[in-house]
This record gives sequence, structure tokens and C-alpha cells, in this order.
Amino acid sequence: MNKPGLHLLRAAVWIAALLVPLALAALTGVLVVRGAGALDVDLFFGGVPALAAITGRIPVWDGIWPACAGTVSLLALTMLLALGPGIGCGIYLATCAPTRIKAVLGFAIDLLAGIPSIVMGLFGFTMLLLLRRTIAPQASASLLLAACCLALLVLPVLVSTTRAALEALPLRLHLTGAALGLGKWQTIRHILLPSSARGILGGVLLAAGRAAEDTAVIMLTGAVANAGLPAGITSRFEALPFSIFYRSSQYRDALELQQGFATTLVLLTLSLALLAGASKLQRTLEQRWQGTRENY
Amino acid sequence: MHFRKGCMAEAGLTASALITGTAVAAIFIFLFLFALPVFTGGQGLAILSGEWSPFKGQYGILPMLAASLCVALSALAIGWPLALGLCCGIRGFLPRPLGRALLVMLRGMTAFPTVVYGFAAFFLLVPIMREALGRGSGLNWATASLVLALVILPTMALVMDAGMRQTEKSLRLTGAALGFTREQTLAHLVLPACRKSLFAAAALGFGRAVGDTLIPLMLAGNAPQWPAMASDSIRTLTAHIGLVLATDSNSAAYGSVFVAGCLLLLVNVAVQLSLRFCLKTGKTE
Repeated sequence: MNKPGLHLLRAAVWIAALLVPLALAALTGVLVVRGAGALDVDLFFGGVPALAAITGRIPVWDGIWPACAGTVSLLALTMLLALGPGIGCGIYLATCAPTRIKAVLGFAIDLLAGIPSIVMGLFGFTMLLLLRRTIAPQASASLLLAACCLALLVLPVLVSTTRAALEALPLRLHLTGAALGLGKWQTIRHILLPSSARGILGGVLLAAGRAAEDTAVIMLTGAVANAGLPAGITSRFEALPFSIFYRSSQYRDALELQQGFATTLVLLTLSLALLAGASKLQRTLEQRWQGTRENY
Repeated sequence: MHFRKGCMAEAGLTASALITGTAVAAIFIFLFLFALPVFTGGQGLAILSGEWSPFKGQYGILPMLAASLCVALSALAIGWPLALGLCCGIRGFLPRPLGRALLVMLRGMTAFPTVVYGFAAFFLLVPIMREALGRGSGLNWATASLVLALVILPTMALVMDAGMRQTEKSLRLTGAALGFTREQTLAHLVLPACRKSLFAAAALGFGRAVGDTLIPLMLAGNAPQWPAMASDSIRTLTAHIGLVLATDSNSAAYGSVFVAGCLLLLVNVAVQLSLRFCLKTGKTE
């Protein structure tokens, strides 16, 4: 690289280092400035006594509690569906998959990771059409359908973090298992899984973050603006990201708009907390094994 | 006893791998099956014509494809140099504490929900764009691609950074032997050596940008027309799917949705193949 090139690069560095934090600060700044005023108990429960609202005895119409409950139940159901196949597939890829299957399955996971979330929602929609035409004419968009599609969306995150956590373990641990006379499964169960548990748990939190923020999937598979608390897994539901999207165009007065800003702050806090938890877990895993890995 | 346990566990693991593989295949097969009637049902290739005017019975989705590509490419053109700048800053051009702070910021940005970007930009950037252009609603190609650049930036920067960190580790001694400063090592040795991960970052960013729904849906105006100027209101494939299905409009438009889904899948396959080509590792990001 010649001298002007170096100057150009240096200019790009400074422009980027100033511009990006500035843009980010402006966008979060506008959220905080316009939303912080509405961050209180009324935002969540809309004037209804908190206990009565949480237990669902009095329906909440002006607060985001139904959306919070919807997001939490959606997250729980999604993780319930995705954990088994996701972690199982990750362990399979890291420990006992033949090379050929590893390549094919790895590419399939990459493809899955790249599928746009709206296409995943569209897939859920086609499943619904199919169900209606065949075995269940009454089928409709619901919490279960949305959770299934979200589970597909977060599956690659789970698989690749589990796989990476297991593959980062030092060879020493595999040898320990062999030296103790343990079988393959016993080594995995008693040595490898406990040592990489934090990394896997970090992946679970990352996946949950992905599921919590996604809007496009649930838009097509059952999220609505006014549903109250989720009534069951076959009913429609409210969710935080969808209510933010809805508020951006359908607010009636200044207060609703301010509540919209406050809702984005709530969702942002949730996402950042999940990420912080995930990276903390993964960092402790790295610190534990990094030093020893170099020796082997 | 233990032997049987091991067998069962292995069967369980294989089953979960099978479920995952089947799911991927199912997505592709279902969407292509649902898109097929559009081509065989008398209209032929009319869906790929250049005009979208439901009142005349024309459902061409080419303008949406063009819009998707235009928005994604312009977001890439803004975001990629910024990502490269940030990475060079982190890996040598800026003081270490500043670089570390930028890296933390980038990691944090990966957790920002797109709907939050959309919402904030809707009330901050859109009025600015409206003022600046002096006409229109401020919902246009330029607004969407500016915000989209910010959305895809952390993914690209972190991929670049991972590649650069690896390369820097192996070239540090070479640089020192040549008497280079950290900055010079980076510019003369590391950057040329990790060209592949720079390209991979671009491919990944392009894939994210084409696939994003909320930003174009909230900020691009959604008028189904050919993109010509940065101040044009346009509708991307992703926004088209969301709009048609959310509004439950006439069923003739339904077919176009599945074709749009298939096009997005094909773009994804192309992106993944090029990533495979330039990274040659079986790992996702």
C-alpha cells in the first residue's frame, strides 16, 4: 500500500470511529429522551393494580403487560422446542458425526442460518395453509405456530455455539476419558458436557435474544395488537417487538407515542441483558480452557 | 447397561441431527411447491414481468427484486467501508482503550433489535430526510439504506475482526522483523493477507441486508415501482411478503408472495455458496 493509500485508510478509520458511535448515540438518545418519562408502573399495567394484572384477574388494555407476558411465553415455548434438536445436533456434529455427514449437515445449518426471518414466517404460513387443507381445517395462526418457526430461526445459533463450545475443549479432556476407561458416551456425558456447560448455556441465551427481538416471523404467524394475556398455545398473542412495530404507525395521541418509545427501551434492555449474560458465560469458559489449550 | 445407554444417546443425537436436516429441506420444498402453481397456472412467466398493477391484473415482482438488490447494495456500499474502518481502528490505528471500547460497542450492537432501529429512525431520521429533500414523506431508498447499513455493520465488522485477529497473530513477528509499526504491519501485511474474510464479511452483510424486513417495511415507503433515484419510495421483496400477508388482500396476489420467498431463498443459497468458497470452514458466524 502506498502513502496516499495509508492516509485514505487513516481517514476512513477516523470517520468510522466518529460516525458510527455518533449515529448509535443519536438513535438511542432519541429513545431515552422521548421514552424515559413514560417508564413507570403505568407503562406496564395501565392503571390496573399490579397484582390483579399479573394474575390476569383484571385485563390490561393501556399497558404493555400482555405484550411482556406474550414475549415471555413465546420465548419459553420456543426454547422448549429448539433446545433438544439444537444442542443434540451440536453435540452430534462436534463428537460423533462422520466427516461426510459433517460437511453436508454443516452446510444445511449455514443455509438455515441465512434464511431471512420473513421467509421463515412465510414457511409457517404455508404450513398453516397445508394443515387447513388436510387434517385440521380449524387451524389458525397461534402461539404454537410462531414458536415453531422461531425455533427453526434460532436452531442454527444453538447448534453452532454448542459445537464451538465442545470443539474448543482441549484434547487433554478426551484423553482423560479414554484413560479412565470410559466409553464414548460416558466421556461426553461426564467430562465434555460439564466442562463446556457454560458455553452451551451462553448459546442458549444468545438464541433467546434472537427469538425475543424477531418481529417478521411473528408478524405472519400469530402476533396481534390486542389479544390480552396469551390464553393458550393455540390462541393469538401480543409481543413486545410487534407492539413496537404497530405503535410506530398506529398511535392515537402523544401519550401512546411516548409509551411506544418506552416499550422500545424495555425491549432493548431485555436484548442487551441476554447478550451480556451470554458473553459473560462464554468468557469464563474461554478463560478456563484457553491457557491450557496452547500446551497441546 | 452402560452400553445400551450409549446406544440410546447416540440414537438421540442422530435423531436431532436428522430433525434439523429435515427442517431445512422442508422449508425449501414447501416454498417451491407453493410457488409452482403460479408458473403452471396459466399465467406462465407473467409473475416475472416488470409491472405491479393489481387493477390491471398484472402481478410482476421484478420491481421488488430490483428494490431489494438496490437497497442491499447501497447499504453495503455505506456499511462495508465503515466496518473496515472500525476494524482497522480496533486492530492498530487507534489507541488500545479506544479500540477496546469500539469492540464492546460492536458486540452490543449485535443485540439491538431491528425494530428498535426502525422505530428510532422513523422519528429521528425520517423528518430530517423530509426536510433535506423538501418533498415527499422522507420514507425512501436513502433512509432505508442508511439505517440498514447500521444494522448490518456489527456482523460485518466482527467477521472482519475475527479474520484480522487470526492473521495478525501469525504476521506480528514478520512485521517486527521488517521494522514496521503496528499500523504499518496492518496496512501492508495483514490487510492483503485477509482479503478473503473481508469478502466474506461483504457477502454476509449483503445476505443480512437482503433478508431484513422491518427496516424497508418501516422506512422505505413501500411503493411498488422501479427504483430510480435515492429519493424514490420503494418496496423490497421482504416488505412485499409482509404487506400482502398482513393485509389479507386478494388471493391473486398470494402467488407472488411465494415466488418472492423463493427468490429470497435463492439469494441466500448464492450468498452461502460464495461464503463457502471464500472461508472453507464449516462454521456459521
